[in-house]
Amino acid sequence: MAKDTKVENAGYGMLIDYKYCTGCHSCEVSCQERFGMPAGEFGIKLSQNGPWDHGNDNWEWNWVPIPTQKCDLCADRRAAGKKALCEQHCQAFVITVGKLEDLVKQMDEGGKEQVLFNRTNDVAPLKARY
Amino acid sequence: MSNWQWQEGEWTVTRSCAWSPPGEHPIGWGLLFYSKNGRLDHVEGDPNQPITQGRVSIKFLELAEYCNSPERIIHPMKRDPKDRGDGSKWQRISWDEAWDIIVEKTRYFQEKYGNESIMTLIGTGRDVWHTVPKITFSAFETCNFEYTHNGWSCYGPRSSICAYILGAGYPEVDFASEFPEKRYDDPRYVLPETVLVAGKAPLESNPDGLFGHALIDMMKRGTELIVVDCRATWLATRAKYFMQVRPGTDTALYLAMCNVIINEDLYDHEFCEEWIYGFEEFKERVQEYPPEVAAPITGISAEKIAECARYFANCKPASMTWGLAVDEKVNGLQCAHTILLLCAITGNLDIPGGVLLGAGDAAASQWWGWEELDDAIKEKRIGAAEFPCVCTTMSTCHPDRAMDTILTDDPYPVKMIFCMSANPISCPSADPRMWEKGFHRCEYVVVADLFMNPFIASCGDLVLPVAALSEKDGIVATHYGGLTLFVGALVKACQVGECKSDDEIMLELGKRLNPSKFPWKDLHEFLTWELHGYGVEGTWEDLRDSKYGLVTPEHEFEKYAFGGQTWNGEPGFGTETGLVEAYCQRWERWGDDPLPYYEEPPYSPISTPQLFKEYPFVLTTGARSWAYFHSEQKQIPRLRAVDPWPETEMNPIDAERLGLQEGDWVYVYNMFGRCRQKLHITPIVKEGVVHSKHAWWYPEKGPDDMGYGPYGVWDANINQLVPHGVFGKLGFGSPFKSMICNVEKAEGGPDFATGWPK
Repeated sequence: MAKDTKVENAGYGMLIDYKYCTGCHSCEVSCQERFGMPAGEFGIKLSQNGPWDHGNDNWEWNWVPIPTQKCDLCADRRAAGKKALCEQHCQAFVITVGKLEDLVKQMDEGGKEQVLFNRTNDVAPLKARY
Repeated sequence: MSNWQWQEGEWTVTRSCAWSPPGEHPIGWGLLFYSKNGRLDHVEGDPNQPITQGRVSIKFLELAEYCNSPERIIHPMKRDPKDRGDGSKWQRISWDEAWDIIVEKTRYFQEKYGNESIMTLIGTGRDVWHTVPKITFSAFETCNFEYTHNGWSCYGPRSSICAYILGAGYPEVDFASEFPEKRYDDPRYVLPETVLVAGKAPLESNPDGLFGHALIDMMKRGTELIVVDCRATWLATRAKYFMQVRPGTDTALYLAMCNVIINEDLYDHEFCEEWIYGFEEFKERVQEYPPEVAAPITGISAEKIAECARYFANCKPASMTWGLAVDEKVNGLQCAHTILLLCAITGNLDIPGGVLLGAGDAAASQWWGWEELDDAIKEKRIGAAEFPCVCTTMSTCHPDRAMDTILTDDPYPVKMIFCMSANPISCPSADPRMWEKGFHRCEYVVVADLFMNPFIASCGDLVLPVAALSEKDGIVATHYGGLTLFVGALVKACQVGECKSDDEIMLELGKRLNPSKFPWKDLHEFLTWELHGYGVEGTWEDLRDSKYGLVTPEHEFEKYAFGGQTWNGEPGFGTETGLVEAYCQRWERWGDDPLPYYEEPPYSPISTPQLFKEYPFVLTTGARSWAYFHSEQKQIPRLRAVDPWPETEMNPIDAERLGLQEGDWVYVYNMFGRCRQKLHITPIVKEGVVHSKHAWWYPEKGPDDMGYGPYGVWDANINQLVPHGVFGKLGFGSPFKSMICNVEKAEGGPDFATGWPK
């Protein structure tokens, strides 16, 4: 049963290493399953740039998952020592949920194609099914 | 409590190393099934599983929706054959009645028309590739086992060619799955500098035994990619070299790469001198394919071809993973041959970080029951005498010839069909309306599956309900045992209705029809026997109880050097010459060129210039979807939302010229037929090329034919544009990926809740 454990999300965020985001949709569907959202409703949603052919074999095609208002960074799962569900199921392992200071460091050490989302909700507006 | 099942609050958690159904390749996803009161509620990834490491594709995230779907078939059903096509005439029956009917029909047809009048059908992917042969050869005791894909155009050609020229089981990129504890960090592992991705969409399809996103793991560590594809896939946009070939012309590209590598002296002399048969002849042959010749054929510049060839040759190690596009063309055998030689002459066979090879005894697929079948019956196998190249490594019929026999009764009638995990008129068959007519000539059609589909709706008389992967105990071996990187245990969490697993159906049917050939006392004893066939000791229960629910037989590298690649333990390769065969005498005897060559697709701007005026696009089909395994899962709402309609992709320049808009419904048509798809305008296909999705039907449209076929299959199925009976000289490879077509705007489309446009 999902716990109503309130975890303070201040100081936490979600880092996306979108160089390797393949657009597999596992983040979207994990979240929909967990919260019982119907198709078309999202706690995290893929967005894309491209595909664009800039010529001379230079292609641009980036997927970036963006959390919505319904995301609480899986506070209850993290309180239970687990990863956020989208983070765990991401097939390319491009999502990291954690302390901003750690994420900024990780970002600084990584490639240029990264984006950091600041804290979302402390408690999800929807009740997790599990 | 155990390491494979435990309680977490209200949930019972069951650990499984998954395969199918729903359809999937044998890559052994590590899944945790969360169930309550015997009902699967949701799936999470198993973070401890060394390959998938907690990751899950959306197909399995929606497993509970699939298993518990109200549209699932959960009891045996029958329908009078005279009522075929009428969805209201199905009657629920018991398993006992179903078995009695099958036994009675089997005996009737065996006695009246001979055992060969019974034919079994199989589809791709699901874990029935031992099961259906055993049912065919040991239960029905017929010789006719049919894979319903024209020209056997998937996996079979690649694995057969690997057997003929390397005497090896399936070749695969080394993704460190042989080192489950440390994976890429194991000191014995070497990271490939580059991986050639040859006509494959590994991220979406997880093909054959490779967890596709392992390539992403490797790219993060520094591996570069060479992607050969006619579409700019996402993976292609991340490649060091993206070789965007005209559909069906990649053999010319690989021959030209070999030309550069040999002529510029970039090949592995020691390996070529010691281990290759016919290297000089091959060297002479590739002189016909300098990059300047391949450039206008493929649409890639000669400079880029040469540069890519040099890069591949200089990478140590370089690896390769190949896909369906290698097979789905009449020139496919030569394509696979050239790719393997490219890996061989650069010294990348079976080395750490190179192309792993299955052992010699895995080279010929193990077809359970074939050996014990009566010789007089074996001789009647359809197409075997005409196509020895197909039917030596495969224990099946020749796919096209089997349908010819069904249609003509020549040389004998086919009266009864037993189909397990295939949906032939929606998915793998070219000219599918003709296949439907053929099946209607058969007197009795039994189908084992999980959901109603166009084939069952149109042709089925008796349906057996099949268990999903969370509803059965079973075994997964990567690459179907052709390259067993690991073996895992599927573990049952739930029971749905009266469904039985494919293996249970095999055992129960076998014991009724021919008990001496099915000696196992129960499923677990059978699974233990299967496990031993992969060289793994202990029982199935031991496998289930093991640390990760899987075991990894030790992979030996460079087996050819010490005798692990041959049947007799001699060093070398398990081929006729004991060497890698650049020159394949078998193919010469069977009536083809012993050396690889390029052949233009049978329908193309060059082969059929007159037709091309009328159908001025090159058509390629069948790119993989995140949401579906071929024709499956289209009734699962969250998956359908990801990939809602059959899409035809067209370059923006062509769309503008034709006045077409994004999302328009269009007819895609040629001299063989037409279908209707939704237009997606995208630069990922080149000007003059269109790509159409395959295996579409509309569960929401219902089983009865309203002028568009059962479930609208004739509105959507792109294979109506692909001809039956067109394949390579030795029987492999139909042109699913390189046809021609035209496109025009349709008056509307099927995208509303019910009914059809007028």
